[in-house]
Amino acid sequence: MRKTGMFVLALAGAAAACAPGRSSKEIVIGEYGSLTGNTATFGQSTKNGSQMAFDEINKAGGLLGKPVKLIVEDDQSKPEEAATAVTKLINQNAVQAVLGEVASSRSLAAAPICQGAKVPMVTPSSTNPKVTQVGDYIFRVCFTDIQQGEADAKFAAKSLKMKRAALLYDVRNDYSVGLRLVFAQKFKEFGGEIVAEQSYSEGDSDFRAQLTQLKSANPEVIYVPGYYTEVGTIARQSRDLGISAPLLGGDGWDSPRLWEIGGKALNGCYFSNHYSVDDPSPAVQKFVADYKAKFGATPDALAALGYDAAKILADAMTRANSSDGAKVRSALADTKGYAGVTGTITIDKDRNAVKPVVMLKVQDGKFVFQERIEPGA
Amino acid sequence: VSTFLQQLVNGLSLGSIYALIALGYTMVYGILRLINFAHGDVYMVGAYVGYYASTRFRAQEPSYPRAIAIMFFSMLVCAVLGIIIERFAYRPVRRAAKMTSLITAIGVSLLLENGGQLLFGADPKFFPSNAPHREFNVGGVHITSEQLTVFVVSLILTVLLLAFIQRTQTGKAMRAVSFNLDASKLMGISTDRIIAITFALGSAFAAAAGVLVAMAIPKIDPLMGIMSGLKAFVAAVLGGIGNVPGALIGGLIIGIAEVFTVGYLSPTYRDAIAFAILIGILLFRPQGILGRVEKEKV
Repeated sequence: MRKTGMFVLALAGAAAACAPGRSSKEIVIGEYGSLTGNTATFGQSTKNGSQMAFDEINKAGGLLGKPVKLIVEDDQSKPEEAATAVTKLINQNAVQAVLGEVASSRSLAAAPICQGAKVPMVTPSSTNPKVTQVGDYIFRVCFTDIQQGEADAKFAAKSLKMKRAALLYDVRNDYSVGLRLVFAQKFKEFGGEIVAEQSYSEGDSDFRAQLTQLKSANPEVIYVPGYYTEVGTIARQSRDLGISAPLLGGDGWDSPRLWEIGGKALNGCYFSNHYSVDDPSPAVQKFVADYKAKFGATPDALAALGYDAAKILADAMTRANSSDGAKVRSALADTKGYAGVTGTITIDKDRNAVKPVVMLKVQDGKFVFQERIEPGA
Repeated sequence: VSTFLQQLVNGLSLGSIYALIALGYTMVYGILRLINFAHGDVYMVGAYVGYYASTRFRAQEPSYPRAIAIMFFSMLVCAVLGIIIERFAYRPVRRAAKMTSLITAIGVSLLLENGGQLLFGADPKFFPSNAPHREFNVGGVHITSEQLTVFVVSLILTVLLLAFIQRTQTGKAMRAVSFNLDASKLMGISTDRIIAITFALGSAFAAAAGVLVAMAIPKIDPLMGIMSGLKAFVAAVLGGIGNVPGALIGGLIIGIAEVFTVGYLSPTYRDAIAFAILIGILLFRPQGILGRVEKEKV
């Protein structure tokens, strides 16, 4: 019994050692994302975006003269599964670079594994500052929550001229906890006041107790930096309780399902995002048209960032003229003025992208462009 | 004051859900001395049956007859599911040691949870509104028609169940089986049939709770039964397991305690409070609020 076990192990080791990924015939990129679970549309949109980018690259003759193959692993919207998925991509599929994730908690679970294996990881849309602090192999092509939280606070205090904000955040989510801290600090700097604060945990479905407490503080706006499943439910229950203050949130709201869940309770609510489909720039309009033709749906920001992340990774490999981890890493770090769908992307010394934040208003299922907040403005 | 009253309303509506689930726990325990851990998952299946029924037979306008029809359909499906679970999982091990049944119950529970993820998908689904949605504002306290329905239905079902147990022939047989299984068999009661009826009724109640909660929340997912099931179990123990009005009272207390903990202490303790109550009740009044002390006879 024991001998067979050892034999199987040895066999598995041998199989891993000569895994097909390192063959020189193709370039293998791994992606991990939430294809199922609480934030399923995050992973699905990102995958569509990156798949579209690699299809275009393959059509144009591939990368470094080789076809690109994308392997996507589902992490079921769970951090522990994200770690497993990335381990599998690196050890079994021998991928040359990794794309993912959307949720910061899951990027944080997987980033140390990529860093340890010296495989470059590009997160399309994890905004928590801690993600790229994991190490020099971890990059992002979106803004960070320091920028996003400030933009949200500025929008509430200056554009909406609100003085009293209440907070409702997900206590088990790095993204939500981080955004709420930045927002609270900046909102006070802009002359506002945080009148009440409550929390919940991802997966909760009853928020009436928290909302009742917030209501008694009489806020003008409620900041909910959560993900779309909870946000939609929170919007509904807040209107049931007679709360008329608008909700304000971050890019975690962006999902085609948000409206399906919250319905007209979301009318008049605002959130910050990476791009707007209404942007008249030719790059955005071409991307939107191509995406619609391919997937039959309007791309959300996560799809656009998935596309940009894949293109930037390919760009770095081309400039490095190699798919070697260390060379791709330094090429990624040198990315300057790359014209992406979500804006011009320059990677700064902390491996973050500095980009404008877009504020959108939810109106009858549409996300209507409000204003663009430039970094540091 | 209006905040306090609003929290009370929130607590009562949450508590009536726990109460409805707790009824099933208490009935099965009363008769078989078995804690049916799969019960919370039957509640989940009930919500999904309601979901598929209402999306399949989509009507233009939400209406009460339609909502009621969907609820009864879901109760029927889950009653059959309850009978199947009893017949194929519990009956074969009924004569075995108590621990065997308990482990079987955990097995059935895992089967339903993971089978549910496979069959329904792990993504949460959103329940369409079947009944007309209305809101009432009573002196600053907001009550939705869904919350009111949950509360009223749980009261009605408890009363009906009590009447059924006390007034009908079958109810009498159930009490007899609960008192002494072997003796009632000798008296000519078909114990298998009575136990099947108990499971059917309990599961139907869980299904009703599932559909009602899905209408009020309105998010459903395949693991929704785990925490609700555990809290309903605590509610049953708190009220005195095996006791029907006890389940109602226990459910309401747990619901109110949970809402007040979230509102006035910290939302982080939301799930902890039910189990703190469980520990408290087991230490100080193990028979529950309305339960009787049973003397161990040698």
